[in-house]
Amino acid sequence: MPIKITDLNYVYSKGTPFAKTALAGVNLTIEDGEFWGVIGHTGSGKSTLFSHLNALTRIQSGKIEIDEFTLVGNGGKKQKGKKPNYKALRARVGMVFQYPEYQLFAEDVETDVAFGPKNIGIKGDELSARVKEAIEMVGLPYDEVRKRSPFDLSGGQKRRVALAGVLAMHPSVLVLDEPTAGLDPRGKKEILDLIVRIKNTLCPTVIMISHNMDEVAKYCDKIAVMADGKLVLTASPAELFGSRETLEKFGVEMPNVTAIAGMLADGGLNIDRAALTEEALVEEILRAKGAEGQTA
Amino acid sequence: MIIDVKNVKYTYNEGAEDEKKALRGVSFSVEEGEFVSLVGHNGSGKSTIAKLVNGLLLPDVGPDGGRVLIDGMDTADKKKLFDIRKTLGVVFQNPDNQMVASIIEDDVAFGPENLGLPSKEIRERVDWALECVGMREHAHGTPFRLSGGQKQRIAIAGVLAVKPRVMVLDESTAMLDPVGRAEVLDVIMKLNREQKMTVVMITHFMEEAALGDRIIVLKDGLVAGEGGKEIFRDRDLIHSAGLELPLAARIAAALRGRGFDLPPDIVTAEELKEALCR
Repeated sequence: MPIKITDLNYVYSKGTPFAKTALAGVNLTIEDGEFWGVIGHTGSGKSTLFSHLNALTRIQSGKIEIDEFTLVGNGGKKQKGKKPNYKALRARVGMVFQYPEYQLFAEDVETDVAFGPKNIGIKGDELSARVKEAIEMVGLPYDEVRKRSPFDLSGGQKRRVALAGVLAMHPSVLVLDEPTAGLDPRGKKEILDLIVRIKNTLCPTVIMISHNMDEVAKYCDKIAVMADGKLVLTASPAELFGSRETLEKFGVEMPNVTAIAGMLADGGLNIDRAALTEEALVEEILRAKGAEGQTA
Repeated sequence: MIIDVKNVKYTYNEGAEDEKKALRGVSFSVEEGEFVSLVGHNGSGKSTIAKLVNGLLLPDVGPDGGRVLIDGMDTADKKKLFDIRKTLGVVFQNPDNQMVASIIEDDVAFGPENLGLPSKEIRERVDWALECVGMREHAHGTPFRLSGGQKQRIAIAGVLAVKPRVMVLDESTAMLDPVGRAEVLDVIMKLNREQKMTVVMITHFMEEAALGDRIIVLKDGLVAGEGGKEIFRDRDLIHSAGLELPLAARIAAALRGRGFDLPPDIVTAEELKEALCR
């Protein structure tokens, strides 16, 4: 079932002189199996919006429907009527925060990954099976790492362990807040490839908050642009990054690859300005140069 | 030379079960006025170097540990530490961890106050530093409500107000959005060009690294290579160090792989345009 967000509003420090509107009238529907990229400047409300999905941020006003769960705002107070099963909701929507490796805490990898599923009542053989599956899913050798302290692993490996802890809950929606921040280029690519693998096998709906336009252009089907607490645009990567006017209007940076395509087109090369991936740009250049050769 | 790192070894938790040799004999030097980029995979030792050059960490004890000299002063000499930190300032990754005061101008004044300068001079330096980073109009505001890029510019102003001759940036743009990154880079380039400030920039963004006069590649605690941006011609070096070529260089390489004749030294988008749009 889709995720349906209706007229969501949120104010931090509500009722104090420091009150700050973080979300204003956000409406968004996310269909099953979509890969969303969420972009916007620091402070635009991206993280506030998506931390609503598993009720980490308690809804103040508006409505969110996810599968059988319905969250309805009641001014930040407890929801009226029957309260949603928050535990089950948190298993359904997996949340991977920025720098999730800082949240590892257990003495060994196995215990850390088991923490989430254990909390939702999984035990015995199923628990062990889920832990093993999640650790293998993120590309770590289970037998080698299970008894090791997570703190002895490298930065990239720690981030995988944190991700495994979320996957072991068997979410059907995965929200990732800047999953590649601070990683070296190889680590970035490995994490992104892993997210694609997770999406194709375990968790069909993925929402990725990112500051990296090249990542969003390459991997996502749909993009949500946030500004000042409002959802100002939803578009496909081609619609957004292919239009200079749209980018300027919404203050969105161009992916590096699109910027280079634009420079080459300005320089007189007859190519599509809206190239979204390196591979596509290379093909465009070859095509344009081939055509030049034929007319010359 | 203003930075001279001589065969430095550094081991975390020496002798313990989780001992880690972060640097295994690193040597490099930086001349006054240079802009040097330091790149390498996670865990290659970059941040350890940032902490060694201002004496937050000291090389391994013993004759083989090596030495770090800043303008000729040895970081192991406790009496010189104050002068070393006057000479070389470090801006770290997370702007939120670098704020010490609740008003921006107080935050920037923290360094010069510690130098024991007269208040008139402190005032001048704070105004100048905020001017340099384009944040003068925010002087009386609070840093906590700024964007990441603005906060990081305040952190840079705080280092500037000490008037160091060298600024080291340890992934100072990693947590920023694209606009914030561009703001910080602009400020750094300007300081290097106009004030002849020596800059050492540690980064995972290869396009940023290519801005340096010289690029030093670290791998597993050793210097694996150094040179101008022609270093990106050496794909084996870059890949084996867990890095990637800048995007324009990757595209040029892919085109060459498809039988397209292009010069070997394309690193920036401008160079790619030059080669393709003649």
